[in-house]
Amino acid sequence: MLILTALLAGIVFGVGLVISGMANPAKVLGFLDVAGSWDPSLAFVMAGAVGVGVIAFALARRRTVSLLGAGMQLPKARQIDRRLVLGSLTFGIGWGLAGFCPGPALVALGMGQTKALVFVAFMLAGMGLFAWLERRAG
Amino acid sequence: MTIDWASFTPWRSLAGGVLIGVAVALFVLLNGRIAGISGVLGGLLNGKQVDSAWRAAFIAGLVGAPLIYGLFAVVPTPQIDADTAALALAGLLVGVGTRYGSGCTSGHGVCGISRGSRRSVVATFVFMGAGFATVFVLRHVLGS
Repeated sequence: MLILTALLAGIVFGVGLVISGMANPAKVLGFLDVAGSWDPSLAFVMAGAVGVGVIAFALARRRTVSLLGAGMQLPKARQIDRRLVLGSLTFGIGWGLAGFCPGPALVALGMGQTKALVFVAFMLAGMGLFAWLERRAG
Repeated sequence: MTIDWASFTPWRSLAGGVLIGVAVALFVLLNGRIAGISGVLGGLLNGKQVDSAWRAAFIAGLVGAPLIYGLFAVVPTPQIDADTAALALAGLLVGVGTRYGSGCTSGHGVCGISRGSRRSVVATFVFMGAGFATVFVLRHVLGS
């Protein structure tokens, strides 16, 4: 059941990315280009998602298990450290370079875009590199 | 600052955002998990097999979404201007960065901010700032 609901959540998320315009790198870059001809649309994506998200997490916070009985696994980390800041900085530079963040890249891959395949292949390589470095560091 | 009114799609973007919020709500209320895409995907690559099934299902849903969307409407074609070298470098930076920073636009930007996590608010400011700065340098300093 948890596998089916994960699939459903993935589909709804992906359809949301298609409708919102986030799956189109040119639109994302239009949002990130404040000094040029600015397209503020993506602020509305954020507003819509966070508006629903706030309610969802207010409900989730009061529970120890999900509606299907799975353990509620909310992040506990609170510290603002070098890893968080440098990692996010690195991510932001990559995002600005091509207009893709992880979700939209996977959706564009599903649209059969060869360029998205290149991005996703290197993104997976980057994630694999991280996993390898972490394992080596113990 | 000039607004690109021709590209501005407030209602579509708001509606898409609400759907993303619904997906986040489904995932946390049914599966008890944060719908952070880099985290779900990265968890498939860390060598532990225990929870691969739901992770793979969520990713399959994302990749399959255009197919489902295509049953009801014409799927818009994305415009990807970056060349292969830029895409490769961008992919690498996004892969490493989201894992070191423990999240991306979905995990920190949507879920984290919705939870009121100070950590995620900081992360979102940093990656958005870096995104704005990168595009500024590329388009207005280097003029590409």
